Amino acid sequence: MDIIVYLIPIALTLGLLGLTGFFWAMRHQQFDDPEGDANRILFGDEPPAPPEQNKDT
Amino acid sequence: MNADTAQPACRHCSWPLAPTMPEAADGFCCSGCAAAYKLAQRHAVTSNGRIDAVPPLDYGRYVTRLPDGGQQMLLMVEGMRCAACAFLIERTLNAVPQVAARMNLTTRRLTLRWQGAPERVNALIALVAAKGYQLMPFDQSVLQSTEQRETRHILHCLAVAGFAAGNIMIVADALWAADDGTMGQGTRDLLHWLSALIALPTTIYAGQPFFASAWQALRHRRTNMDVPIAVALVLTSVMSLVETVRHGQYVYFDCVVMLIFLLLAGRYLDRQARGRARAAAQHLLAMTGGTAVVLEGDKTRLLPIAELQPDMLLQVAVGERIAADGVVAEGQSEIDPSFMTGETIIQPVGPGDRVFSGMVNQSGPLKVRITAVGQDSLVGSVIQLMEQAEQGQAKYVRLADRIAQFYTPVVHVLALGTFLVWWGLLGAGWQPALLTAMTVLIITCPCALGLAVPAVQVLASSSLFKHGMLLKAADALERFAAVDCIVLDKTGTLTLGRPQLINAEQLPTQALALGAALAAHSRHPLARALLQTAGLSDPEAVALVTEHPGQGLAASWQGKSVRLGRRDWCGAAAAPADTQPELWLQIADETPLRFVFADMPRPDAAAVCVRLRAAGYRLRLFSGDRAPVAAALAEQLKIPDWQAEMTPLAKADAIRALQGRGHKVLMVGDGINDAAALAVAHASLAPSTALDIAQNAADMVFQGERLEPVARALATAKRTQKLVKQNFLLALLYNLIAIPLAMTGHVTPLVAAVAMACSSLLVVLNAQRIQFGPKAVA
Repeated sequence: MDIIVYLIPIALTLGLLGLTGFFWAMRHQQFDDPEGDANRILFGDEPPAPPEQNKDT
Repeated sequence: MNADTAQPACRHCSWPLAPTMPEAADGFCCSGCAAAYKLAQRHAVTSNGRIDAVPPLDYGRYVTRLPDGGQQMLLMVEGMRCAACAFLIERTLNAVPQVAARMNLTTRRLTLRWQGAPERVNALIALVAAKGYQLMPFDQSVLQSTEQRETRHILHCLAVAGFAAGNIMIVADALWAADDGTMGQGTRDLLHWLSALIALPTTIYAGQPFFASAWQALRHRRTNMDVPIAVALVLTSVMSLVETVRHGQYVYFDCVVMLIFLLLAGRYLDRQARGRARAAAQHLLAMTGGTAVVLEGDKTRLLPIAELQPDMLLQVAVGERIAADGVVAEGQSEIDPSFMTGETIIQPVGPGDRVFSGMVNQSGPLKVRITAVGQDSLVGSVIQLMEQAEQGQAKYVRLADRIAQFYTPVVHVLALGTFLVWWGLLGAGWQPALLTAMTVLIITCPCALGLAVPAVQVLASSSLFKHGMLLKAADALERFAAVDCIVLDKTGTLTLGRPQLINAEQLPTQALALGAALAAHSRHPLARALLQTAGLSDPEAVALVTEHPGQGLAASWQGKSVRLGRRDWCGAAAAPADTQPELWLQIADETPLRFVFADMPRPDAAAVCVRLRAAGYRLRLFSGDRAPVAAALAEQLKIPDWQAEMTPLAKADAIRALQGRGHKVLMVGDGINDAAALAVAHASLAPSTALDIAQNAADMVFQGERLEPVARALATAKRTQKLVKQNFLLALLYNLIAIPLAMTGHVTPLVAAVAMACSSLLVVLNAQRIQFGPKAVA
């Protein structure tokens, strides 16, 4: 049963790590605009190339 | 086709134009942009023109200096329809050097950062205004409301409780699975101490919301659901700690942490569901802090509405709301008083006429000498009336708190009785007796009771939200369920609140098309209604269009002069008159044609009224409009009880009288004249087109053109209430079985833990039924 001397602190540390991560995310406003972030990926940074027809002639 | 020359850019999104697209002729890259541009233009009536004509407002007090020397400002965006609008605004601003803009789509706020002088913001706002969106500065102090801070705090607590619950369960599993044969006392003690190490700080930190609320209640000599929760948390923790010190067999730390976690989760979801409604209300609050143009000699100045003073001369552009009560000093126009009186008829005004803040100037620029501002204005007095009504109304006590008032004393007396019986009568030692008494307190765990309401409420409000209804008050559903009488306002509630052309069939098609082509050049509500019905088939049909303020539009069409506007201006002064809103069209010297308008009922108003009556509700129509108009609508919708020409005070009084006779009244209204009535009524509902003040007074806001949400809200409320009661019944049944077992000392920790989890699970599962249940009114 000596193993629990190591396992319990490891489990607690991992848990605390997750908790810290969550607090970090909150402090850095990761949850402030879920709607915007969901939509943001749909909009490219650059306008796409003009339609094909324009490049003819 | 030649693509190598500099490509013209879309007027809306600034992307290159594709000449093959039909919209390219108008300067748009696609029909989507053309539509979005028009829509945004229509909603930004006042922004354009004003920014060019008037020196910019001093936004200095809204600008925050950042540590890196930059400037920051928060803005509200008016006229934004979708995500594409948001990114268009961002792109427009970010294209400017040294400017960073970020839209928050959830709150519809824009964070603007730039380097350089604070005054640069004026140019940036003008840039966005040119796209058709209106930006309003936003006081940052409004943002940090206590409500938001509390929600954030609960989320923090929830995270801590979640972490603790996960870890403590690992330990608890080991403790439950082991017995004396498999685990030595030393290991058991170690695990107990470990549990205590996790659970005690968690209870102290994450239990705060419950302790604070319970303390608040006790200090006011009341009791609420949080009192038994707090007592259970403290007692269980203390008893477990004592057991740990005494090298006891059982501790309940895991129960404490799970309880906190589950209750916080329910509470957080509950708040989250109402967060959207609150954000909308905040948005409206910020909007009221608008600006007005004041004339000082030859100069004009843009002032925040809050800084207006009596005797100032106000300049009111066409389409703008009048910012204060006053007397017209100069100019001829028409005003739309619907928002004050509920009347749909547009009134002509000229020098010497009284106008009130909130009325919309329709056709010509006006100069108004201010007589009253703020609290003294008519709107201000209605707001005061509403606030008084809200204060006067006895605070509604929620079902859960009413149950807690019985529950708390009963449970604590039972526990005390258990202790006395075991210790005094049965001659047990004080420690085992205390242990049994504590078990009673723990097993009566208010967990199920605490979850009974939020579990149902969260699901109900999210289902309402999907159907376009925003729940504003936490206890609104409970109050909706008790309603037996519905009072409806006319303009904007039963009707759409805007004029519609009603005689289109009787008019020649050519006249309709010509009327629409002319009307496209005006923002007058009747012109817009005409345009909407007739549709714009040939925008180039008319030329040389001029708008004559207060009169109408003149233009030339196929070489003839045409006019659209008031009857006397279009040569129809002698025609028989009635009270309906109208526009006249004159083509050269021909006989003028009449367009008649009326405010039409919502498309499903009649059907919904029939259904509500069939469901046993008494319907009443309270209107500020004239009697014949109200009577006609009441007749059409078959509402037997109606009253017309009611002042805001009369509406509130009539509802008070109804409630005095034992009715529970639901008020549905949208005008400022309904605000007091909305506040007085037992429950209240407002359409999202309603004025901000009415939306603020209402418990729930519904969107869309249909009246059906009224019926749906009532049906959902009834069903919610039924499920809440079932949940309380389930919790009670559980307690009836568990308490005698605990009092007689038959409950082991494992049984207690399983029973408690089961009761919570049962309540949560039962709440899910709200999604599958029969749709009473759909």
